[in-house]
Amino acid sequence: MQFSESWLRERVDPPLDTRALGHLLTMAGLEVEAIEPVAPAFSGVVVGEILSAGKHPDADRLQVCQVAVGAAEPLTIVCGAGNARAGLKTACALVGAQLPEMAIRQAKVRGVESFGMLCSARELGLAETAEGIMELPADAPVGVDLRAWMALDDRRITLKLTPNRGDCLSIAGIAREVAALTGAPLTPLDCAPVAPAVADAQAVAIDAPDACPRYCGRVIRGIDARATTPRWLVQRLERSGLRAIHPVVDVTNYVLLELGQPMHAFDLTRLSGPVRARMAQPGERLRLLNDQDITLDAGELVIADDSGPIALAGIMGGAASAVGEATRDLFLEAAHFTPEAIAGRARRHALATDSAHRFERGVDPDLPRQAMERATRLILDICGGRCGPLLEAGPGVPARAPVTFRPARARRLLGFELSDGIMFGVLRRLGMAVATSADGSAWVTPPSYRFDIELEVDLIEEIARVHGYDALPATPLRGEHAMAPAGESERGVHEIKSLMVARGYQEVVTYSFIADALDREFRHEGTPLPLLNPIASHLGVMRGTLLPGLVQTLRHNLNHGQERLRIFEVGRAFLGSESDQQPLRLAMLAYGDAHAEQWGERAREVDFFDLRGDVEALLHPSGAEFRRDTHPALHPGRCARIRLGDADIGWIGALHPALAQRHGFARAPVLCELDLDALRRRAAPRYRGMPRFPAVRRDIAIVVDDQVPLAALLASIETARPPLLARISCFDVYQGTGVEPGKKSLAFNMLLQHTEKTLTEVEIDAAVAQVVDALVKDHGAALRG
Amino acid sequence: MSLDEILTDAAREFAAVTSLPVLDQVKARYLGKSGAVTALMKGLGALPVEARKQQGARINEVKEQVETLLKARREALQREALERQLAAESIDVTLPGRGDAPGGLHPVTRTLARIERLFASIGFAVADGPEIETDFHNFTALNIPQNHPARAMHDTFYLAGDGATDGGRLLRTHTSPVQVRYMQQTRPPIRIIAPGRVYRCDSDVTHTPMFHQVEGLWVDETVSFADLKGVLAEFMARFFERDNLAVRFRPSFFPFTEPSAEMDIACVICGGDGCRVCSHTGWLEVLGCGMVHPNVFGHVGIDAERYQGFAFGLGVERLAMLRYGVDDLRLFFENDMRFLRQFA
Repeated sequence: MQFSESWLRERVDPPLDTRALGHLLTMAGLEVEAIEPVAPAFSGVVVGEILSAGKHPDADRLQVCQVAVGAAEPLTIVCGAGNARAGLKTACALVGAQLPEMAIRQAKVRGVESFGMLCSARELGLAETAEGIMELPADAPVGVDLRAWMALDDRRITLKLTPNRGDCLSIAGIAREVAALTGAPLTPLDCAPVAPAVADAQAVAIDAPDACPRYCGRVIRGIDARATTPRWLVQRLERSGLRAIHPVVDVTNYVLLELGQPMHAFDLTRLSGPVRARMAQPGERLRLLNDQDITLDAGELVIADDSGPIALAGIMGGAASAVGEATRDLFLEAAHFTPEAIAGRARRHALATDSAHRFERGVDPDLPRQAMERATRLILDICGGRCGPLLEAGPGVPARAPVTFRPARARRLLGFELSDGIMFGVLRRLGMAVATSADGSAWVTPPSYRFDIELEVDLIEEIARVHGYDALPATPLRGEHAMAPAGESERGVHEIKSLMVARGYQEVVTYSFIADALDREFRHEGTPLPLLNPIASHLGVMRGTLLPGLVQTLRHNLNHGQERLRIFEVGRAFLGSESDQQPLRLAMLAYGDAHAEQWGERAREVDFFDLRGDVEALLHPSGAEFRRDTHPALHPGRCARIRLGDADIGWIGALHPALAQRHGFARAPVLCELDLDALRRRAAPRYRGMPRFPAVRRDIAIVVDDQVPLAALLASIETARPPLLARISCFDVYQGTGVEPGKKSLAFNMLLQHTEKTLTEVEIDAAVAQVVDALVKDHGAALRG
Repeated sequence: MSLDEILTDAAREFAAVTSLPVLDQVKARYLGKSGAVTALMKGLGALPVEARKQQGARINEVKEQVETLLKARREALQREALERQLAAESIDVTLPGRGDAPGGLHPVTRTLARIERLFASIGFAVADGPEIETDFHNFTALNIPQNHPARAMHDTFYLAGDGATDGGRLLRTHTSPVQVRYMQQTRPPIRIIAPGRVYRCDSDVTHTPMFHQVEGLWVDETVSFADLKGVLAEFMARFFERDNLAVRFRPSFFPFTEPSAEMDIACVICGGDGCRVCSHTGWLEVLGCGMVHPNVFGHVGIDAERYQGFAFGLGVERLAMLRYGVDDLRLFFENDMRFLRQFA
């Protein structure tokens, strides 16, 4: 809502300067978004009339003008504007005038003494650009200060109103609010009935009384086609951001701004038969004022005549019955449409109109009559013509039900001791009828324009708002302390992220929506989830995994000079739209050298096992199983599914070479994605006792076919497990000189231990032999010298 | 060799020695089994008792002096050897350390962690909810019925071709649906915050289609608007580490709270004098809040006569921008290492 401060002050004028008025409104919940002067500061500019304009003796493009400025003698002023001509009234800056960007002095212009300057709108800061000097209307009074005559000492105030305050979408509404907040008196507006001069009445029928409980109409005949909208009215419209269109339309717009009642004017001669407020029939069509053709459905309220719909009620009129230059006879409409009948309808047709904006939020059902009288008066004054009787149809709006209000409840909710009297006083100032009862509670009836007051809590808010939120106390923290549970078998996501950071990974946050093609490259589970209204096609579907976001981040950073990257992200993958199909995941990506380039380490490319090491560190002390498996986006020979306990918790692998090529990577990034829940869970530790006897270490090396995975060897040892074997681990893998092609040598160290005694050599040798035998038997292993 | 000669020779020879093994060899020449001092001792037996006594004392004296010389020389040589070793082992300590620098957290995470820690200190647990939401949880249960003008302010993303029967699925436009989900399952007292991603169909210099919010909810029998003001004012002061941070609460409107408020803090950039960041108002809008609307309690089956409480929602990127001086929201989601590494 944008309006001129002077217009508001005409209705209510509290002893506050502009800044204080703005603060008052903001702190009352009518947020002031901007206060801008309608014109920058300038002085010494008056209305001047060019009496004569003659050629400058020494300059082709200059004229020497004689300008009347209300003084005894006209001023000689040199002017370069092409439109300077005798008879033109224009803005004249006198000697000594201060303009926004210059001061005016007496000066010689090419040898001719000039006593002032004729100004363009741009030079006065009234417009961004201008062609020539200002052209003022012929009735502009010569010699009068231009600021005063154009009412430029005014400010444009913009309010950012919340949807509950539809009652403030008018000068009258804001004035009412300011009066309630300050106690300043309201200047009444003349809405006295206008006596009919003709008997003509347009028949009106209400077929949808729930949606349109009140419809006021009036015929006005014989308006003057040459009438123009007066300057003061145009100015007010402009300062509210509206352009002048046609005197009748300007008046209806003016009344909309002034009172908040949207109105519509039909060209009477274009109507056939009675005007009806009815629900549309599905499939009916209407061409709107903006030449948009719409197809209606049964939930939409229309104004119709015998020819069909002539307006989308409360939103926009139709083109066929619109007022135009040829219009002589009018049918004016001021109706009450309920918010339920209008809400959402404009949006359905991608329309946003001042009328719909107000009706959606609720317009005072008592306004149509006032607005009709006000508009009639203005139209007759501006356009002439004769009006018919005001006719009203519809059942009207039921009386507002009172709301119960308990002062004690308000005090409890606000946490503040506010007396009953103060609270009732606030409610009364807001135009509410308060009837107290013996038990201390009250019945409060809100005024017809307050659609937002339905519940007790709405009244409590009003009390807090008008009393002032800043006047309410702020209680320091208080209350009993309870120790928070601190489960040891679960760790927080921040702890997990810290581990990743400690291992050199930078956290990233990528969009949850990605390109459809990218999702298809990476998604291996769930159903694709496209958005109905994506912001861009490359953000069109919900991601099925976090990996593509990391790949895109890699791409971006390689393009910006990075060569080595370790990144991770925690977020949701979207497998379906149910709440349990959006698991939180942790994904990581490593690319480039295993270590940042440094003097003390030989350069080596990061690989699967670097990433696996990071995963194992994250899961430590739990040991996960890595099983070879295939994933659409990962290298089939360098990819594993990660299993923890009896659950699959994620994937790890090198990006598939085809994808690496498609995304333009010179080297293959290594990727991993894990279920965050699996990372969160970890058993609380449990003491198992200290070994009382020393452990013995024995190393063996065996040779097997190079296709035999380590896991298979370990599984055999697990099966054979000699009771003394406390731990076994592989510490070397070798192929090359000394090992047959197609074979590999693996070295293990074994830790042997007995809980009750020191081991003998015989026992040790037997345990080692048991392990070797298992490997020989299951895998054809040979013990290596 | 006279005793004096022995002493002079020993002193000379010891001084000439440059290594410990050689010193031991030289030592043997004087104190060894066939050394000069030993030889004199052996010769004592041939002397008369009186002279033996005298000469014996004299020899012992010289022996001690030789030993002292020897000890001194040994220590000197040990010292020199150590010094040589130290010199040989010296390294260029100005070379950088081995290994890789740690990574870093995203500034949004950093900010979230601070927010969570501050609220955890007054007993707020962290709650979570899905990002693809139902219309009911995102709107209806929050007192935003179909066609409510407040929906237009939300620029909602909808899922296409979704067969869901409950009015279609959408991307949550705020973290408030977590309130609903939590209250459906837990009875008061409730003290939670719910951080997470939210989505709005809006993208320009100051909007990204995805951003983060933290929802907060405290419901009990007497939690009042005064508590709301106290908790949130203290939170902002702690978050920005400014004890006397000026705050103000302005009436506003959210369908799911009443009374509703916008909270402003004195501009942390200019201190309230007015600057570009605060649009020359001296104030920064930092969060929306209010008392939980009784209709919301109704939707989740909590008795609004018995329980009351407040809720708030704040924009994480906004706080991060103010805290760290970031001037372009879009940087948060470009994931450029040159930006992210500044928050390590």
